[in-house]
Amino acid sequence: MNFRDFLKENIVYLDGGMGTLLQAEGLKTGEYPERWNITHPEAIINIHKSYFDAGSNVVCTNTFGANSLKFSNDELEEIIKFAVSNAKKAKELSHNKGEKFIALDIGPSGKLLKPLGDLDFEDAVNLFANTVKIGVKYGVDLVIIETMNDSYETKAALLAVKENCDLPVIVSNAYNEDGKLMTGATPEAMVALLEGMGVDALGANCSLGPNKLRGVVERLLKKASVPVIFKPNAGLPKSINGKTVFDITVDEFSTEITDLVKKGVRVIGGCCGTTPQYIKSLWDKTNHLSPLPIEKKNLTVVSSYSHTVEFKNKPILIGERINPTGKKRFKQALIENDINYILSEGVNQQEKGVHILDVNVGLPDIDEVSMLEKTICELQAIIDLPLQIDTSDAIAMEKALRRYNGKAMINSVNGKAESMEAVFPLVKKYGGLVVALTLDEDGIPSTAEGRVEIAEKILKVANEYGIDKKDIIFDTLAMTISADNNAAINTLSSLKTIKEELGCHTSLGVSNISFGLPNRDAINGTFFALALENGLSAAIMNPYSTDMMKTYYTFNALKGFDENCGEYIGIAGTFINEKKAIETVKKQTNAEYNSDCQYSIIKGFKDKAAEITKELLKDTPPLQIVNEEIIPALNIMGKGFEQKTVYLPQLLMSAEAAKSAFEAIKEFMVKDGEVEKGGTVVIATVKGDIHDIGKNILKLLLENYGFNVVDLGKDVPAEDIVNKVIEVDAKVVGLSALMTTTVVEMEEAIKQLRGKAPFCKVLVGGAVLTQEYADKIGADKYAKDAMEGVRYVQEIINNK
Amino acid sequence: MVFIKTYEEPPLNKKEILRYIGSNQDQDTIQLVEECISKVKSVIKYKVCYCELCVSINNGLCDFGVFKVTSSNLAKNLKGCKQVIVFGATLGIELDRIVAKHSKLSPTKALIFQGIGAERTESLCNVFCEEIAKEFGVSLRPRFSPGYGDLPLETQRQIFSVLDCERKIGITLNDSLLMSPTKSVTAFIGLEDDSNLEV
Repeated sequence: MNFRDFLKENIVYLDGGMGTLLQAEGLKTGEYPERWNITHPEAIINIHKSYFDAGSNVVCTNTFGANSLKFSNDELEEIIKFAVSNAKKAKELSHNKGEKFIALDIGPSGKLLKPLGDLDFEDAVNLFANTVKIGVKYGVDLVIIETMNDSYETKAALLAVKENCDLPVIVSNAYNEDGKLMTGATPEAMVALLEGMGVDALGANCSLGPNKLRGVVERLLKKASVPVIFKPNAGLPKSINGKTVFDITVDEFSTEITDLVKKGVRVIGGCCGTTPQYIKSLWDKTNHLSPLPIEKKNLTVVSSYSHTVEFKNKPILIGERINPTGKKRFKQALIENDINYILSEGVNQQEKGVHILDVNVGLPDIDEVSMLEKTICELQAIIDLPLQIDTSDAIAMEKALRRYNGKAMINSVNGKAESMEAVFPLVKKYGGLVVALTLDEDGIPSTAEGRVEIAEKILKVANEYGIDKKDIIFDTLAMTISADNNAAINTLSSLKTIKEELGCHTSLGVSNISFGLPNRDAINGTFFALALENGLSAAIMNPYSTDMMKTYYTFNALKGFDENCGEYIGIAGTFINEKKAIETVKKQTNAEYNSDCQYSIIKGFKDKAAEITKELLKDTPPLQIVNEEIIPALNIMGKGFEQKTVYLPQLLMSAEAAKSAFEAIKEFMVKDGEVEKGGTVVIATVKGDIHDIGKNILKLLLENYGFNVVDLGKDVPAEDIVNKVIEVDAKVVGLSALMTTTVVEMEEAIKQLRGKAPFCKVLVGGAVLTQEYADKIGADKYAKDAMEGVRYVQEIINNK
Repeated sequence: MVFIKTYEEPPLNKKEILRYIGSNQDQDTIQLVEECISKVKSVIKYKVCYCELCVSINNGLCDFGVFKVTSSNLAKNLKGCKQVIVFGATLGIELDRIVAKHSKLSPTKALIFQGIGAERTESLCNVFCEEIAKEFGVSLRPRFSPGYGDLPLETQRQIFSVLDCERKIGITLNDSLLMSPTKSVTAFIGLEDDSNLEV
């Protein structure tokens, strides 16, 4: 029988711990257990055999850490070859009559993926692919990915399996006591990610004993539509009278798991500290039980690295602001590669309460494929909301989906054969909830019936690709009522039919309805209310619009989706105050600063500084504000810092406030089409170093003083620094290093700069540097703090 | 055998945080620091994994049985000890994420979160050491980490192979031998050999 068929009808017994048993056989601390496949095959065979004898249907090869980070390719192949052959021998030797399978075991790489660590996602995929290919070559029945404590690495491993074989694959994660993976994913988020990519079973193993993981397993059972795995530790190791024991006994272990088998767990075994006795006891207590059937849960859900958003009755808000259409300032940011502006649009929308962020960076002049990939990676590094990948370019879509850490929302597919052929295979491979537009080769049907017909066609084709209707969400297309009086009615009636008759969720780009009309928010708000009442599940909308937010929160309160009207009460105050005039900042009698603008910058009031600047812009030329308000305020703080009357946090706070004033000015100038730039400075933390606080402080101050700063980030190789300096013709480059070990890299960068870019001055800084050190490595200038750095750059660039 | 300990919040020293970030303790900064503390309170985890090793010292060579390290500074620190505890401690990855976010959006807060992380790490190590001193009933030598004095950073690899920090508490090493989560510590602690004192 093959594993997939066996899994359908049976409780599947996995094996138990390997490490603890090998230590008992003499494996030394720090020694790689995988090498024992070759050096001590009889010990490995014995352990596998005793698990088969105890009732295991599946033993996992002794290849937990077998990857090309730890072993050379030749040794890796030997290890896996022996590991598989050891398991096969054990299978032959076992007297047990039950079904027996061999699983290629894949554990974590031991490295953390970027951006939190330094292993690139694709490198991780390749690393696991290597192990998978060898395992498949020597003949295993399935693959088990286990003990993964990071969702992103889990995805990399699963992709590697899916791309290199058709074997069944089961995935088990290591959850902490707080019910999350180390990098933050909840059990629900893992179900969304893993089922989206088509695993055969999923679950929890390692980290804790069965009692402490019970909550996690119950949550998995509630959401999963595939069999759930449970393979916990025998508790935690404790030292009792100098002897190490695990604190959960055989009986406690099997009793606890048996109870969960009765609740639906289908694949069971043990991890650290468990032995064949644990498995035998499990088998004895559960083999007479009939396995509970696996129910399809039919949940419409997307996920981020941390949590899921489930489409149920309460409508979902999708923030539309990360999109250049009609937004000059955003276009400017894209062209300038100003990722921080894009990130702040994400953070601001999150603060407004959206549940998902739409991400669209399509612009004729930019490389959408790399920009979308980059934006997705940057956003998911700092924002925990699920993302909606919004592009019509299939290549950009695939790259973004691949790198996405979760189950994404995809915008969009439509009824054209060409579109479905491009998008559906991606949904099938990477998982996703896809927005389907009800249009096809003949355009957008004017009638509701026409749109529903297209929806039915899309569902049929999706089904052929193996995509469930729960993973399709229909957008019946809001068209402006200024062109067609019945546009709203048709959209709404097709929406209602799709929701009620096809049983599918729906979404709309709400604001299109008012295109070409004055005061669009007024129309949008009312249309949004109508759409919600007709069954709209999600809206792609502007969360900064008070009319839209009013509709949303009042609708929820009126429809009983807002318990005790709590959310409404929380937000209601902001609806009234929104137009309140700018409060005048109370001036202190201190005469040094003579305007509200200066005061707000000096005090570090970010929002206030921006507000006042916007007010000023109504009747003051931008340059005058810069020269008479912002720069003097910055100078007061800069001097204060140099004279030690102002301290670093205060300097930074006012720099941030100045930046937000500049942002207001920039927005104004982009509208007017005039953007001027100061001289260009390249800054970077050198290779091997990941400390960037000091560098970021310098960047902020330089930007405020009008310089164009190209920030290469941290851990930057010398070549990249040199290339960028030449490319942008930088007059100054700022290098930062925090550790003695990386000053060497700094020296290397300076050497290369002298050879290839002698025109560029080198400014260095960082905790370990001193004037003496800086002289030794040949820097032009050592700055003890960011202010000194700014002064130097001013001196070089402004005096030229 | 490697053991794991988890802790509730160890005692907080706000002054220490202010010192780390170079503040003169003005009211605005203190308020901001407090705001930042309340933001990260629930996301910081306090985890330690450790094991006990025997040590013998010969000139600058420290022999821990499972591995050897050449470092005259460490040898001096451990002189006279027969046993050491080697440990890894971490605050978890969420703080890194918060620092990364604010590095992009608000360097002031990034600086403060860094400061909080530094103080929290120290405090965690202190609580752990106090507990070890109690459990073993001995006094402890000062903590000594790879990168201190002449103890090479490469020692990290050896410590990691013994402690299995990746799996036990989720610390990983990057190619430059730095740790993720960044707010993590590995160190040796010499257990004072009190038998020497019995005269």
